[in-house]
Amino acid sequence: MAAKITLKVNGKSYQEDVDPDMPLLYFLRNNLQLNGPKYGCGIERCGSCMVLLNGKANPSCIIPASAAQELEITTLEGLAKGEKLDIVQEAFIEEQAAQCGYCMNGMIISAKALLSENKNPTDLQIRQALQRVLCRCGTHTRIINAVKNAAQKINN
Amino acid sequence: MQLKKSITDMENHNNFKVSRRNFLQKSGQLIVGFNLLNFLKLDNIKKNSSVKPDKKNIIDSWIMLDSEGLLTVLTGKMELGQGIKTALMQIAAEELDMGMDKVKIVIADTSRTQDERYTAGSASIEGSGKAIRNAAAEARKYLLTLAEKKFETTAENLFVENGKVISKINQQTVSYQELIHGKRFEIEVTGKAPVKSPKDYRLIGKPVPRKDLAFMAAAQSYYVQDLRFPDMVHARVLRPPTYSAKLLSFPKSEVLALPGVLKVVVNGSFVAAITTEEYQSIKALNRMKQLAKWESPLISPLQRDLYQDILSNTSSSETVEETGNVEQGVAADSKIHEAVYKRPYQIHGSIGPSCAIGLWEKNQLIVWSHSQGVYPLRKTLSDLLKIPEENIRTIGVPGAGCYGHNGADDVAADAALLAMQMEGKHVRVQWMREDEHTWEPFGSAMVFKLKGSLDGTGRINSWYTELWSDTHSSRPGGKAGHFIAARDLEKPFDFQTGGFSGGSHRNSVPLYNVKNRKVVLHNFKGPLRTSALRSLGAYANIFALESFVDELAEKAGKDPVQFRLEHLTDERAKEVITTLVNKAGWRKNKKKNFGEGMAFAQYKNAASYFAVKAEVIIDPVKKTFKVTKLTGSIDAGQTINSDGIINQTSGGMIQAASWTLLEQVLYNEKGVQSKTWENYPILRFEEVPDTEVILIDRPEKPPLGAGEAAQGPTAAAIANAIFHATGSRIREIPLTPDKINWDKV
Repeated sequence: MAAKITLKVNGKSYQEDVDPDMPLLYFLRNNLQLNGPKYGCGIERCGSCMVLLNGKANPSCIIPASAAQELEITTLEGLAKGEKLDIVQEAFIEEQAAQCGYCMNGMIISAKALLSENKNPTDLQIRQALQRVLCRCGTHTRIINAVKNAAQKINN
Repeated sequence: MQLKKSITDMENHNNFKVSRRNFLQKSGQLIVGFNLLNFLKLDNIKKNSSVKPDKKNIIDSWIMLDSEGLLTVLTGKMELGQGIKTALMQIAAEELDMGMDKVKIVIADTSRTQDERYTAGSASIEGSGKAIRNAAAEARKYLLTLAEKKFETTAENLFVENGKVISKINQQTVSYQELIHGKRFEIEVTGKAPVKSPKDYRLIGKPVPRKDLAFMAAAQSYYVQDLRFPDMVHARVLRPPTYSAKLLSFPKSEVLALPGVLKVVVNGSFVAAITTEEYQSIKALNRMKQLAKWESPLISPLQRDLYQDILSNTSSSETVEETGNVEQGVAADSKIHEAVYKRPYQIHGSIGPSCAIGLWEKNQLIVWSHSQGVYPLRKTLSDLLKIPEENIRTIGVPGAGCYGHNGADDVAADAALLAMQMEGKHVRVQWMREDEHTWEPFGSAMVFKLKGSLDGTGRINSWYTELWSDTHSSRPGGKAGHFIAARDLEKPFDFQTGGFSGGSHRNSVPLYNVKNRKVVLHNFKGPLRTSALRSLGAYANIFALESFVDELAEKAGKDPVQFRLEHLTDERAKEVITTLVNKAGWRKNKKKNFGEGMAFAQYKNAASYFAVKAEVIIDPVKKTFKVTKLTGSIDAGQTINSDGIINQTSGGMIQAASWTLLEQVLYNEKGVQSKTWENYPILRFEEVPDTEVILIDRPEKPPLGAGEAAQGPTAAAIANAIFHATGSRIREIPLTPDKINWDKV
């Protein structure tokens, strides 16, 4: 059953023997012990498991690990440079843009993808970019502010 | 921002060594520091479940000062995303005049912290906060007496700064750790030690940032879902198709033959597979779903008959309040108004489905859980497994926000039952999305009949509320039948509900000054499982009450804000409303296709005061509307953390808007059909209103619970705004556009 799967995650290559059907999420969380992407719904409807695939925000709960072999995968862990957090991560902390924080992974990954394409997003564009990610605590106002804060920092 | 390693914590906990090394090797990450270990630090205590915390009435049960000068706060309350850790650390640091960088906290753990029951009802600041404040004040008093002896002077010649006692006479300085040398206080908390005067506060009331957010943003291990043990195995439970379904047949051997399956547990109708890898357990679950044959009783009444059935199937009734004579009042008045309001079943909807880890080893059970009450959970596990409580340790580790009694306790029971079958192994049980959606106990459906009358001057003369509700509390408090797994076992535990109706009539009595009033509660047993959802019955009671006040104002021909103010005597209640309208404005210019509504309540008629204004715009062509803005003003007494209150209040408004605009559990005779976010949608970004919170701080007053104040008023404010914009009064949640009479617009 198991097959050798090689994935490029956060700039490094990893080879593991896994079930080729296994969604990428479980490879990241269990084989690589990463905490960023989280299980939320398993059908790409909540965004908890967001990762960057070739720089675009995508859920990782359906795509099989075997289908991600050609892609550059970046998780929340991979945004920081050494001990220095990414501007978007910093902005979320500065704005205290979380309550339980479970959705923060999806929010930061989606914001990162947005800001890499559009450095001056409007409110509506921010909302659209985060539309896939659910937050139940109702922290949306602060999350939008955090993305604006990050955009401002990128532009300065 | 730099994040420092916390390797020392790490290395003191053998179980995490391997994980961390793996983690470093595999991910190549430099940012490490397992925040979890702040909660799970097991270095100086044995993992043994028989270790007990100290007696409740001594300082050491709430705070500890180590030889390095670090303060550890101990609370039996749980971090749920409400920021309780930061607020409690602020309280201790304030009383002891220490910096926040010198304070740590240990949360809910039956071997370390006090039994503070559930983290619920917005009561943590009032309860645990008070205990910690008193303990810290007592500690400060004691440390000052030690310094008096050392400096041979008296307390008035001393002051404290940043954890050091300084003599006003000769500037001699001694640190706390030099006074106590890491020893225990062993002193009783009398509650009489002087607490700091609010005018001297440095930290209380300030927006002290939460440190845990940095760990979340940096993807460090934080949640129970992130706990990894070297020998950990994974399990999934096959839940029955519906409540009370019985397993008829199940080919166990076929599942055992699947890759990675270590054990298949079948106990009555409780079925689970334990596997080496997590994905194997998901595959096993999918196969088990296909193979199991069930006998499922049909659910009734059906959704379309629910509200009618509620009215006719009352099991018991009680009078909540009776003042004056409602019947005479109504008879005397010319203007009488009646209305019926409805609220469907609604889910908690945690974004991360519930998860727990169990370990059964050497006659000891340890369960890591995001339960709101580690002690009640332990007691209930003891009943379930027939193991003495002393042999069970339950350790609180944060999960995704729960907003009340969700699947946390049930999955902990699953993990405990399965751990008993896998001695020596950490068994991790992760609920699937469908498990959480369909099995969590919902917020109860409710119906309200209100009748009121106005006297000749347009004042409310009588008020009569009849309300119908199922229970709002079926938390496991010692009886195993409160776990869903326990009801499925071969020797099932009975579930006995009842005995608690306080949640149902919470906020049913108007705070308004009305001469004749009566509130009657009718209990019913509905078809779906229910328990505590944020604010319990207050959400729907306030929706009904504050919609009805708006309707009475309309009937009296008065402005709804003015009308409310005329019926209030409590100055703080009035001020929270006037502050709102002064800052946010109120119906200044009538704009086309736009409406403003407001609502007010004091949570439990005893905690935080909250007033909110909702703004809606309508599109008469498309026959839709949108809530564009919610502005809330809150008086939670003494503010501990201003940023925390604002965050909770803004979040409460948005969550309540989601409940009110979109949410209802769908079910049919076969069971709950709201199994995913597809058929139980919640608000997403494009529909989320902007929010603004106005905070009224009252440093001289006691702090009041703030986490649930916004739920009910927000619902009514939206209904009232829709009425203002369209002339249609929607009295049934969710407030969907199809319920508006667009011909009137």
